[in-house]
Amino acid sequence: MNERGASSLSSKGEERGFVPGPVAAVRNITKRFPGVVANDGVSLEFRAGEIHALLGENGAGKSTLIGILAGMQQPDEGEILIGDQPVTIGSPRESLALGIGTVFQHVLLVPSLTVIENLMLGGSWWQRLGRAPALKRFRELSALLGVAIDPDAEVGRLSLGEQQQVEIMRALWRGEKVLILDEPTSMLTPQGVHDLGQVMRRLKEKGVALILITHKLMEAYEFGDRISVLRLGRVAGEIAPERLTKMTEAEAIDAVIQMMFANRAEHAREAETLVGRGRKAHKDRAVDRSAPPRLRVSALQTEAGLGECPLRGVSFDLWTGEVLGIAGVDGNGQKHLAEVLAGQRRVARGEIKLDGADITRDGVPARRREGFRYITDERLGEGTVGAFSVATNLVLKEIGAEPYWRRGFSDWDLIHSHARDQIQRHDIRTPSEKTPLARLSGGNIQKVLLARELNAEASVAIFNKPTNGLDLQNTRLAHDRILASAQRGLAIVVVSTDLDELLEICDRIGVMFQGRLTGIVDNAADVEHKVGLLMTGAAAP
Amino acid sequence: MTAEVQSKAVEGKSPGGEMARELTAAVLRVLIPVLLALAMGGLILLVLGKDPLAYYGYVLKRGLLSWGGLQETLTRMAPLLLIAAGLIVAFRAGIWNLGGDGQFLLAAVVTAALGPALIDVLPRGLTLVICMIVSMLVGALWSVIPALLKARYGVNEIVTSLMMSFLGTSFANVLVKLFFRDPTTTVPQTRDLPVDDRLPRILDTTIHSGVLIAVAVVILVHLMMTRTSFGLKLQIVGANPAAAIHAGLNVGWLTIATFALSAGLIGLAGSVEILGVWGTVRADWNPSFGLLVVPIVFLARLNGYAVIGFTLFFSALMIGGESAARRIGVPQHYVLVLVALLLIFLALVEYLDHLRRKRLTA
Amino acid sequence: MEALLTQPFVTSLLFGAVTAGVPLLLAGLGEQISEKAGVLNIGIEGMMLFGAYTGFVAAYYSGSFGLGFLAGGLGGMAVAAIVMLLCIRHGLNQIVIGIAVTIGVEGLTALLHFFQFSRTYPRLDRAPVVELPGLSRIPVLGPGLFSHNLVVYLAVILVAALTWLFRSTYVGLNLEAAGNKPAALDAAGVDVIRTRSLAVLTTGFLAGVGGAYLANVGAGLFVPFMTGGAGFIGIVLAMLARGRPIWVLLGAALFGASLSMTTALQVAGINIPTDVVQMLPFAMVMLVLVIFARHSMLPPALGLPYVRGDR
Repeated sequence: MNERGASSLSSKGEERGFVPGPVAAVRNITKRFPGVVANDGVSLEFRAGEIHALLGENGAGKSTLIGILAGMQQPDEGEILIGDQPVTIGSPRESLALGIGTVFQHVLLVPSLTVIENLMLGGSWWQRLGRAPALKRFRELSALLGVAIDPDAEVGRLSLGEQQQVEIMRALWRGEKVLILDEPTSMLTPQGVHDLGQVMRRLKEKGVALILITHKLMEAYEFGDRISVLRLGRVAGEIAPERLTKMTEAEAIDAVIQMMFANRAEHAREAETLVGRGRKAHKDRAVDRSAPPRLRVSALQTEAGLGECPLRGVSFDLWTGEVLGIAGVDGNGQKHLAEVLAGQRRVARGEIKLDGADITRDGVPARRREGFRYITDERLGEGTVGAFSVATNLVLKEIGAEPYWRRGFSDWDLIHSHARDQIQRHDIRTPSEKTPLARLSGGNIQKVLLARELNAEASVAIFNKPTNGLDLQNTRLAHDRILASAQRGLAIVVVSTDLDELLEICDRIGVMFQGRLTGIVDNAADVEHKVGLLMTGAAAP
Repeated sequence: MTAEVQSKAVEGKSPGGEMARELTAAVLRVLIPVLLALAMGGLILLVLGKDPLAYYGYVLKRGLLSWGGLQETLTRMAPLLLIAAGLIVAFRAGIWNLGGDGQFLLAAVVTAALGPALIDVLPRGLTLVICMIVSMLVGALWSVIPALLKARYGVNEIVTSLMMSFLGTSFANVLVKLFFRDPTTTVPQTRDLPVDDRLPRILDTTIHSGVLIAVAVVILVHLMMTRTSFGLKLQIVGANPAAAIHAGLNVGWLTIATFALSAGLIGLAGSVEILGVWGTVRADWNPSFGLLVVPIVFLARLNGYAVIGFTLFFSALMIGGESAARRIGVPQHYVLVLVALLLIFLALVEYLDHLRRKRLTA
Repeated sequence: MEALLTQPFVTSLLFGAVTAGVPLLLAGLGEQISEKAGVLNIGIEGMMLFGAYTGFVAAYYSGSFGLGFLAGGLGGMAVAAIVMLLCIRHGLNQIVIGIAVTIGVEGLTALLHFFQFSRTYPRLDRAPVVELPGLSRIPVLGPGLFSHNLVVYLAVILVAALTWLFRSTYVGLNLEAAGNKPAALDAAGVDVIRTRSLAVLTTGFLAGVGGAYLANVGAGLFVPFMTGGAGFIGIVLAMLARGRPIWVLLGAALFGASLSMTTALQVAGINIPTDVVQMLPFAMVMLVLVIFARHSMLPPALGLPYVRGDR
């Protein structure tokens, strides 16, 4: 692992006539939003033929910086340099014109159009569609990236990995100078991550300056030539290529943690979450499987809506006190599974038994009475009503029920006092219980959801992406609560695309692939390898 | 229907110390659009060669300051308030019931046909009650198709309710001219319900008790929306349908119930107007209150008590305007222009207010 | 039944269908453009009505029908500009503004008409007719379908033109992206606001021309509230046409025929009361909606204002 970056680059640089020095740079970028400084004097340089990893937890300011480079926002202070010229990037069009291509975390393709149509987007309305030149460029980039996709396929039908490849092509369409990848691996299988790594290396060799945004230290280490650590809007530190090539994984972890957390002991658990190889909490518990399972799910099938992946046969057992993880790339039926368990979605075939009793036909209110709790991944889109107060949201699933409602009439005093109690107990940061929920931060909204769902009568809890978008502290909190609930005797299902999270808290991990649960693995020695295999569709070994 | 509207609408109060500032802001949010609309409308009058101050002065005098006019204004409030109650129910649930004209007219025609028929055999009280109940059913029935299309297939209810409105208006005319026609009159109309058999007057004014019914209904609707579980369920469906499903609410059934209640109340408005004022429906009669009430409801932020106040203002405007059409030569169409200006300025002011708030929450 | 199949009835029906259908066609095509781009243009009724008024006034004072159509289009576009400014550029609620604009135009045109024409009620001369050579001589069909004002033929050509534009130019692509996933269009460097604005203005122009046709050719005069729901029918046509202009044409023809039933039936000697016949188009709309409810497709971003940075 010698000479990974600098010297080979400079010799290559002289061969190709690159301008020495960074292709792009930001200097003293500051961006403020109401209540928070997202970027605080950030200065970074991006060099050709180098993968610059920007590492930081959710909320560290990475997305804002990317937004500025992509032309979505304007910085309040500071400047952007291309080559050594200061520029303003006022719109996505200008960003693209400067040779900066951005692949955002959420796919920005029009699902009803074909691949080639999506790639052709960008012309003005009076122009004719030029299919031939577009196809030519498409083949060029396909060769460059080493991918094979049908240009006339409808984007909505492609897998997430393929969509991401199209996105990368779109980002590179007008010329390859800088490519920004925002959390690209969150949607991929381990194999997909590997393929992405290959693509990145090919681009690197062609001299593209790559910027990799990630919150996973291992990824930054594996793919990055240079690592910059962002924390609370500032650059906490940087590991230059010369230093990085000489570090082992452990040394890199140490260095980053040193940069991020001054007081190591105080932030030990957050550091573990960052590293993603934290103490396997589940090891301290033993699940009693001598008793019959609490929940038995057999051969579940559902009907597919437009663009959805239905369940095609899911079966598993769940014991009291167990945390069962459901892994898999997004879009393989996880949403349907969660909704079916919660009672939100009708079962086409199959059955669900709770303590032996058939509850397959029960709707949401009945399931709730039986102790089912569903913490959805779409906190504001589905789990709450942002316009309503915190107090109302805390009783959202009990409308009409005693004691808050008597014969249909609302007891607002009781609802508000209950809310105040919950706010105190769960440390929910809000001006008052009457504040509209949408004003709270993501972490506090999650606290509200957890407070609402994990109440006394809960017996089965389904979590869908519980720590999505949360910072380290809140992630830690959510994990603690899940484990505490399991301790209390709940049977828990955690659906997540974050394998590290599942490895940390689950007793067993099942994998969804194309609507089927292809296998369930114990969280033991070989688990990552087995899960990775199952995610690609191979049968369980 | 902004966030502030919803949250205040649900709980009806705001935390202590801010109240004074909130109150001034609320008053301004209402006053400014009204003044702007009156001003711009006045400009249009000027261009057309009429004196806006004379017009507004006359309207004010006639609508509110003369005893005869005031009675007419209060009488006019009855159908407007009931329609407003119906719209509050629908809008709070996020349902655009724009079929008010059709629902109103059909219910009115049925009442006009039923009333004279029943009065021959039943006492007045029973006749009136039966007519009102039947009208509510007629209104609700006329909303079934748009309700089902929305609940089952998600078809946009704006278009369907509008279509049903046009259909209902024509159908009502057919009923008057062909089926319920009074053979003894020259002008096509339904049989007349004698004045003594209509809704009783209040004390010795010309105001009929339908107004009291209307006020009571509006207040009941407001209480239902803010203090019952049913009302809260409707608001959730309106604010976030996905959350409604998530919370286990039966969205399809709630949609149909909302439509039925909303259209039923508007049907009641039609009935009350016949039973209280006209006693008969003439062919091609269509006061078109349905869309006019929309800005009242928005101005009042879907709050029942505020609606009563704004309806008074509107009612005076309409009564004064009808008279002004004869006396000053400004046709009633001008009220439509004012209504439109009011809606636009209201939307603008709310937008600016929203921007101001966004900048303040730092 | 035989009485219905006589030449005068069929010719009258066809002629009436075209005359009544053209405003619906133009409104429908216009609305389709807006809808593709993700704008639910409730105000189209107002755009049509204002076009009817401005078109009539222009034709009356200038004596030129061509000028009338142009003025109608510009009038519709003026109303569309208000919608564009408030809803597209500033994100105000499209439904509230649409209702406001429709009510406002109804009131304003009725007001203006009162002050200008209510004493005299002027009529226009009969609109110039272009008889298509050869085709107009075909018995029954000829005078019914091929002896119409130029605008009619232009409207049909427009259907073909739009079909081509949607398929082979960026017009179709950009509109679909704007209506389906505006963030993707923005990321590709195309101004979403501008795309939607142009769409709305075009809708206004087409609706305005449709209104002018209704007044100048269909009726020969302006009557307050004369559009009577035609704009809303246009919305329904666009909703059911699923993005294909040809379906708007077929739908407009169907509804136009139902509208022209009264006169045609009278020609055949059958007297059905006007009110019953007036119910026909709306009853038909509802019937079609009920039957085809599953198949009406609206773009996902419909009615939602686009703000960069929103997801």
